[in-house]
Amino acid sequence: MQALTFKRGVHPPDGKALSAEQPIKVILPKENSELFFPMSQHIGAPCEPLVAVGDYVKVGQKIAESPAFMSSPIFSSISGEVVDIRPMLVPGGNMVKAIVVKNDAKMVEVEGLNEAHDYTTMSNEEILNCIKNAGVVGLGGAGFPTHVKLNPPKDQPIDYILINAAECEPYLTCDYRIMLEESEKVVRGLQIMLKLHPNAKGVIGIEMNKPKAIEAMTKACEGISNITVQPLVTKFPQGSEKHLIYSITKREVKSGALPASAGCIVDNVDTVVAIERALFRGRPLMRRVMTVTGGAVKNPGNYKIRIGMTMRDIVEAIGGFKEDNPPAKLIAGGPMMGPTLFTLDVATVKTSSGLLCFTAQEAFIPEERNCIRCAKCVDHCPMGLMPFMLNQFAIRGDGENFVKHHGLDCIECGSCSFECPAKRQLAQSIRATKKIEAGKKAAAAAKARAAAEAAKAKS
Amino acid sequence: MDKFIVSGTPHVRSKDSIQGIMRDVLIGLTPAALMGIYVFGINALVIMVISIASAIFFEYLYQKLMKKPITITDLSAAVTGLLLAMNMPASAPYWMPIVGSAFAIIIAKQLFGGLGQNFINPALAARAFLLASYPTAMTTWPAPAGQAVDAVSVATPLALLKAGDITVATSGDMVNALVGTVGGCIGETSAIALIIGGVYLIVRHVISWRIPVVYIATVFILTALIGRNGVRIPQYEILVGGLMLGAFFMATDYASSPVTPLGQIIMALGCGLLTTLIRIFGGYPEGVSYSILIMNLCVPLIDRFTEPKIFGALEVKKS
Repeated sequence: MQALTFKRGVHPPDGKALSAEQPIKVILPKENSELFFPMSQHIGAPCEPLVAVGDYVKVGQKIAESPAFMSSPIFSSISGEVVDIRPMLVPGGNMVKAIVVKNDAKMVEVEGLNEAHDYTTMSNEEILNCIKNAGVVGLGGAGFPTHVKLNPPKDQPIDYILINAAECEPYLTCDYRIMLEESEKVVRGLQIMLKLHPNAKGVIGIEMNKPKAIEAMTKACEGISNITVQPLVTKFPQGSEKHLIYSITKREVKSGALPASAGCIVDNVDTVVAIERALFRGRPLMRRVMTVTGGAVKNPGNYKIRIGMTMRDIVEAIGGFKEDNPPAKLIAGGPMMGPTLFTLDVATVKTSSGLLCFTAQEAFIPEERNCIRCAKCVDHCPMGLMPFMLNQFAIRGDGENFVKHHGLDCIECGSCSFECPAKRQLAQSIRATKKIEAGKKAAAAAKARAAAEAAKAKS
Repeated sequence: MDKFIVSGTPHVRSKDSIQGIMRDVLIGLTPAALMGIYVFGINALVIMVISIASAIFFEYLYQKLMKKPITITDLSAAVTGLLLAMNMPASAPYWMPIVGSAFAIIIAKQLFGGLGQNFINPALAARAFLLASYPTAMTTWPAPAGQAVDAVSVATPLALLKAGDITVATSGDMVNALVGTVGGCIGETSAIALIIGGVYLIVRHVISWRIPVVYIATVFILTALIGRNGVRIPQYEILVGGLMLGAFFMATDYASSPVTPLGQIIMALGCGLLTTLIRIFGGYPEGVSYSILIMNLCVPLIDRFTEPKIFGALEVKKS
């Protein structure tokens, strides 16, 4: 089949060879280690704890939730005593209120766990409830609650359910391993999603640099008429939601809109497996596959971790760092978009897809020089922006022009900075200005709302 | 306590660098420079060495005096120096490349903010400055190798065209123009060497095909349509004068050419139109440098009106 793709983009060195052939290994937290369950691991309303300090919690027990629709409950991945509820550092650098559970290593499971559901006899609402009550969110990185995504407005019929198996981030191989080792689970999960949207076609999009995954998934889909495997050109950011949709369907998601507006739902491989586990095995989201790799790691590989373990626990469990080549930089996720960590004492969350440990040599960032207007950033920006110009607006603090020239449409993929021969921090400056401008926009909207309400109260 | 580097994304970078790009431009210019030495003798080499050395020196001097970081290792000054030399006759007095380099580096480049900030091509600005200040020295063309051995100076093919001396480009004329054994500036006469260097830059993704191809094609089509004195020899017109040097190496200067694909095509069209008009109807025999300089001034405007459509752009509501 012809490999599809989008316009522009970049070809970073992929670094996947370090961990691609390492089968997924299960690692369990040590006895008496503390696991942290932050109250916000998704887009939407943060959860409130359902347990108090001193309570005993079991594996699979719901320990936090929110009444809001746009939210997702949180489950304990171990059994043990709640020892504290306090702010904890999460990847990305925020301190988030977290429930701290001390692992008793007994793995006592909560009643009713492992109760299989027959989704073919369930109503759509029951399926969505089951997914919501399993705490499933987008595991690719954004953490969008899956039950919300699967339930788009009625006026937006869904034509495609796309499985994002591009895994375009260099170094990450967790989705690849899942496709090789749990291909039938991915297909079953997709079938559940297709039950909700019977008129949609299921497409699994995989980059051409993973021929074994394409083969495995094609085999797993054999005989299923509404699911196909679509090879994609190996190019970054092929796995960006908007660009995946464009590659496969040639539809453009409009600026500021969600995929459903283009008739598409996109979910990552591990998310689909989480859906499958929720229905077929009755297990909420408590673990995920994570790639721990980079030149500083002794045993780079793919590990099934208990969500809530700290990065330090994980690194210890897999054999630690190389003594002669210690890490100089830690990245949560892939090297193109993952935020850096300043410490290993960070809680893993539902969206932790990788821990990348770069040696001093790998972490080297060259000095910024003058922009020479070579236009490489313009030639490679997958969104069709002019990054060098946005960089100038960012430096000048010219928010008005930044917004006018579509700075807020930047997807922060980093293609511009990657290509820049002057080594400018284009993506970083644009991200910072986006935050400032988005904040201003929100403040202006809030002010307008308040003014409108005040006017209403007067009349 | 752990100590880790914290930085913005992305954490991997391409191997490209400014120095690498400038090195590629120097490599691209090498065939034409060698042909210049072959055609015009050792004096061409001396002019090139003086020009490059003084360009680097003035960049160093300015940055030292202004207490700015010294960036001569990025090779951009060397490129400017070489381009300036290639835009001069081999018989120019040795002080001229020094004066030209000083103008190019200090006035056209550094005063506007240095690398990437110059709004016109520094080498061309210096050439225009020298041409206006020392017109005789800048338009006295030494005889090329293998031709008119007894002559002190010769006329350029474009001057001959202007005078109506060439009405049919014979195969001999064509070969001379391709190889470069005609009168002209050091680096502009050998069309074949410039094309080889230009193709190298395109293959290495240093420049795009748009500006050179559209520029040369525009001149070809317009001279074919307009002709001069009723004679139409566009295949000869594009080989002579500074067109190849200008199209591949001068109009493609990053700082003074548009960044958008459409903008680059517009700039090249403008250059081609102006070059043809100056050559055929203007007072000068050659119009490449002035047409590029004029289009340089239009670049901010062109960039503003050719911003690409963003991915997922909202349709404009028609009211």
